[in-house]
Formats: sequence, C-alpha cells, structure tokens
Amino acid sequence: MADVMQKPSEELSKMTVGTPTVIVDDLHIVYKVYGAANKQKGNAANALRRIVRRQGRPEMKEVHAVRGVSFVANHGEAIGIIGRNGSGKSTLLRAIAGLLPAHKGAVYTNGQPSLLGVNAALMKELTGERNIVLGCYAMGMSPGETREKYDEIVDFSGIGDFIQFPMSTYSSGMGARLRFAISSAKTHDVLLIDEALATGDREFRKKSKDRIMQMRESAGTVFLVAHNLDVIEETCNRVIWLHKGKIKMEGDPQEVLGAYNRV
Amino acid sequence: MSQPESAVADAQAGGQAQESLAALAERYGLRRAIARPTLPAYLRQLWDRRHFIVTYATSRNVSNYSESALGQLWQVLTPLLNAAVYWLMFGVILGQSKHIENYPAFLITGVMVFTFTQRTVTGGAKSISGNLSLIRALHFPRATLPLAYAIQELQILGWSMGVLIVLVLVTGEPISWLWLLIPVALVLQFVFNLGASLFMARIGAFVRDITQLLPFILRTWLYASGVFYMITERTAGLPSALRWAMEFNPAAAYIEFMRDLLIYQRFPERWAWVTCIFWAVFAAIGGFWYFWRAEERYGRG
Repeated sequence: MADVMQKPSEELSKMTVGTPTVIVDDLHIVYKVYGAANKQKGNAANALRRIVRRQGRPEMKEVHAVRGVSFVANHGEAIGIIGRNGSGKSTLLRAIAGLLPAHKGAVYTNGQPSLLGVNAALMKELTGERNIVLGCYAMGMSPGETREKYDEIVDFSGIGDFIQFPMSTYSSGMGARLRFAISSAKTHDVLLIDEALATGDREFRKKSKDRIMQMRESAGTVFLVAHNLDVIEETCNRVIWLHKGKIKMEGDPQEVLGAYNRV
Repeated sequence: MSQPESAVADAQAGGQAQESLAALAERYGLRRAIARPTLPAYLRQLWDRRHFIVTYATSRNVSNYSESALGQLWQVLTPLLNAAVYWLMFGVILGQSKHIENYPAFLITGVMVFTFTQRTVTGGAKSISGNLSLIRALHFPRATLPLAYAIQELQILGWSMGVLIVLVLVTGEPISWLWLLIPVALVLQFVFNLGASLFMARIGAFVRDITQLLPFILRTWLYASGVFYMITERTAGLPSALRWAMEFNPAAAYIEFMRDLLIYQRFPERWAWVTCIFWAVFAAIGGFWYFWRAEERYGRG
C-alpha cells in the first residue's frame, strides 16, 4: 500500500514534462445491478404496483466497482491495466470512455476516448460484409472512410471468402479476428482496449500486437486491459494493478507484473 | 450507499493530489468526459450518424427475419393475418360489418395505421433498455437508437402499405388523386411516432417494468381508437367533451385521415389536418426534448 501513497506526487512532478491526455481524479463508480433472484414473476399487476410506489426492483443492488482511483496518462503512453476478475478494470475503462458516469471524482480528457470494440453493434445473422459496414458506421465513420478501409479490414481479418457468410457460421477465432479488424480500423486520440486479444491463433495475435503498437504511435494514449500478461509486458510502458476497485500498484511493467505474479 | 470504508484513507492520500489534478486538467484544457451536448450540437451529431441509423434499421430488419423459412415475407403476412383475425372477431362474430360499408377495407386500414404507431412505440420503449451493451461500448448520441427503431418500422410499413393498397383495390374502391396525399399522411404519423417513441425510450430506460405494462396500455389505446368501429357513430350519445377527447386521440386522427384518403375519396376536413399536424409537431418536439434531457444518464443502470 505504501507504494500507492507515494505515487501521485511522484507522478505529478513528472506530468509537467509530458502532455497529459487523460486525468483520472479520485474516481468512484457505483452502478446498479438488477438482481437475478426475481421472486415475484413479472406480471402486469406487480409491475404496476412497483411503478406506482416508485420503487425499483426489490432485488436491486449497488456495486461499488471503482473506489477512488487517481492517475495521469500522458501522450504516447501505453498503459496496461491488470487485476483479477471483478477488480474494476472494465468499469474503469468505460468511465474513461465517458460511458459510465462518475459517482464521485472526475475523469478529464481531451477529445473523445474510444473503447475498442464494436461487438455490441454487430449482428451474427448478417454477413461479414454487412457487419463491416455496420460496425464502421457505428464507430462514427463516414461512408467514404468505410469504403476506403473496407479492403484493409477484410485483409487484416484474414477470413477470406467467409466474409460473404453470416457471422453465425464463423468459428470463435474468426469472429474475434473480424471484430478486432473492424474496431481497429478507426484512428483514435485515446484508445481503450478491453480483452481484444483473448482469442485468435498465434499468427493473428502477432498481427494484432503490431496493430496496437501502430495505433499507439498514431493515438495519443492507449489503455489495454488483458489477462494475458505477455501482451501487456510487450506492448505497455506502464502498468496499473487494480485490486477491489483501488490501485494496488502502479509503475514499470516488469516490476508490477512481477509483484502481481507473486500473489 | 454508505461511503466506502476507504474514503478516509483516500482523502488523506489524495487530498492534495485531488486539488492539483483538477487544476492540472484545467491547465491542459482537458474536459470532463461526461457532459450533455447542447441541443443544436446534439442535432448535428445525430445528423452525422444518419448512415448508422439507416444501416442499423435495415440490418435489424434483415436479421430479424433471417431465421424463419419465409424470411421477409412475414413483414407482409403478419399484418394480413392480424387483419384476418380482427375481421373474424369484429366483422363476422360481432357483426360490425352490417353498419359499416366496405368493412374489410375500413378494418384493415385501421389495423395497419394503428399497428405502425403501436410497433414504433413498443420498439422505442425497448430501444435503450435492450441495447445497453451497445450504449456501454460506443459513444454516439443515444437518440440514434429510437430513431433507428422508428425507421425500421417505417421500412416494414412500406410492405404493409403495398398490401393495404392492393386490398383496398380488391374490395372495389377506385384509385383516386387523393392517394397522392398518402405519403403526407404517413410522414405526419411517422413524425408523431418518432416523438412518442423517443418519449417512451426514456421511460423504458428508467422504468424497467414498463415493457410488461405497455402491451396493456397499447391494447386499451387500440380499442379506444376506432379501429373496429366508427367513433362518430358510437359516441353520438356521449357528452361532447368525451366525444372531443376520443376524436382528438392521435391514433384515431391518423386512422380517420387515412380512411378519408383511401376509402371515402374525400379531402380530410380542416379539423383532421389540424389534429394530425398538431400531434406530429407536439410529439416530435416534446419527445425529443424529453429524451435529450437525460442523454448522459442512459446506460447507467
């Protein structure tokens, strides 16, 4: 813990040299979860009663996912975020992207940080071709940009003729490749990558790693969440270790990953 | 929610840093990530997303029907089957067809027009709550989703309008110049639907139980809208305020407007025009404003 206490001041002195792109200031994120154990079955009478009484679902719970995280990210940095499942990594990314509101504290950014991931916009019943167009538009690209990038996306995904088949016929690796190819087609100021490299064969992993390095050069700052620590070690110049919503350790990848592996 | 047990420790550790971090952000011109854009800026963002809205609507239509053997033919079959059921119920069993001339055309026009509004409103109510993963993954003006759902319904309507026109011709109504006004009627109704669906999208996003309740509300609305009977005939004995309220009902107004054009070959009365235009403008402005007010809070739950 002593490590955490010293970090902010150290970081601050360093900050004045580089240009900060993302500042996270004592961030707390609380979100509501609608309970799985729904004892009353959802019929109309119950629904009406709940609406009239202005109460949410009785099983609603609040999850305090991020508990006071502060750090400053600079131009040209690639920051890896590690931690166990449920330590708040993805929540933190979403908050930086401006997709989850802060309960307390704030996230300051320049431009619009983008989460790398169009998975939610894609439809598995549609062909790869249609999904490429849909995904590009979902990320806010224009038809012109989409046409320009189309061939590149198909090439990069390396799925060949399968592009004409519905995505539901793809293997999980092929799906992941296409999704990564689509979502990395756009250039971003601040790029947030959440477990993009979990699947795919070794060759594709290498390709995507190169792509991330390339994006790191063109993007201001890259954040990377991954369970695969090798990827973090090879691509990041700084690592933040989250534990139960707080920063447990932060700094040089080898040092932090070393400590993380010892636990 | 009680304060986290770490609050005190955090305050001690970060008390000084907290202040300087905000100042640092200001020095480099960094802004808070979440802020609601102004209304004109929001409209501009939406316009920039027009390609996504249309593509998303089309894709949903294609993907919805891709699993069934008859595919997109269902877009025609569903309204036809609905009309057949209602005809059996109200035309044959309850004997409405004796009072109303050309009852099949009367009924199917009502069903098609009402279904358009009903489906758009239902879709709108689910457009935010059913797309939370998309909302949590990408940044875009959230009104994109209810808009896409409304356009999806408009595309489906294209099919059912074709069916409707064929059926009206089959029942022996002549083609009329007034049919050129059909697009106007549909645009007015579409704008109204859009506003209503934006309104319902916000309700649906925060009052989750509304999706359970909505079918009942919509069915009541259906029965009150003169789809199966003629409002003027049924309300003759009622107090004038009630009669006025029933005819001012937007669904009833759009249905009557369409029947005037399609079946009765008469130019809609001024009263009908005023009602239809009023509802379109009122719903669009009100619905959009209401939706926009909660823009930064969607996807939070």
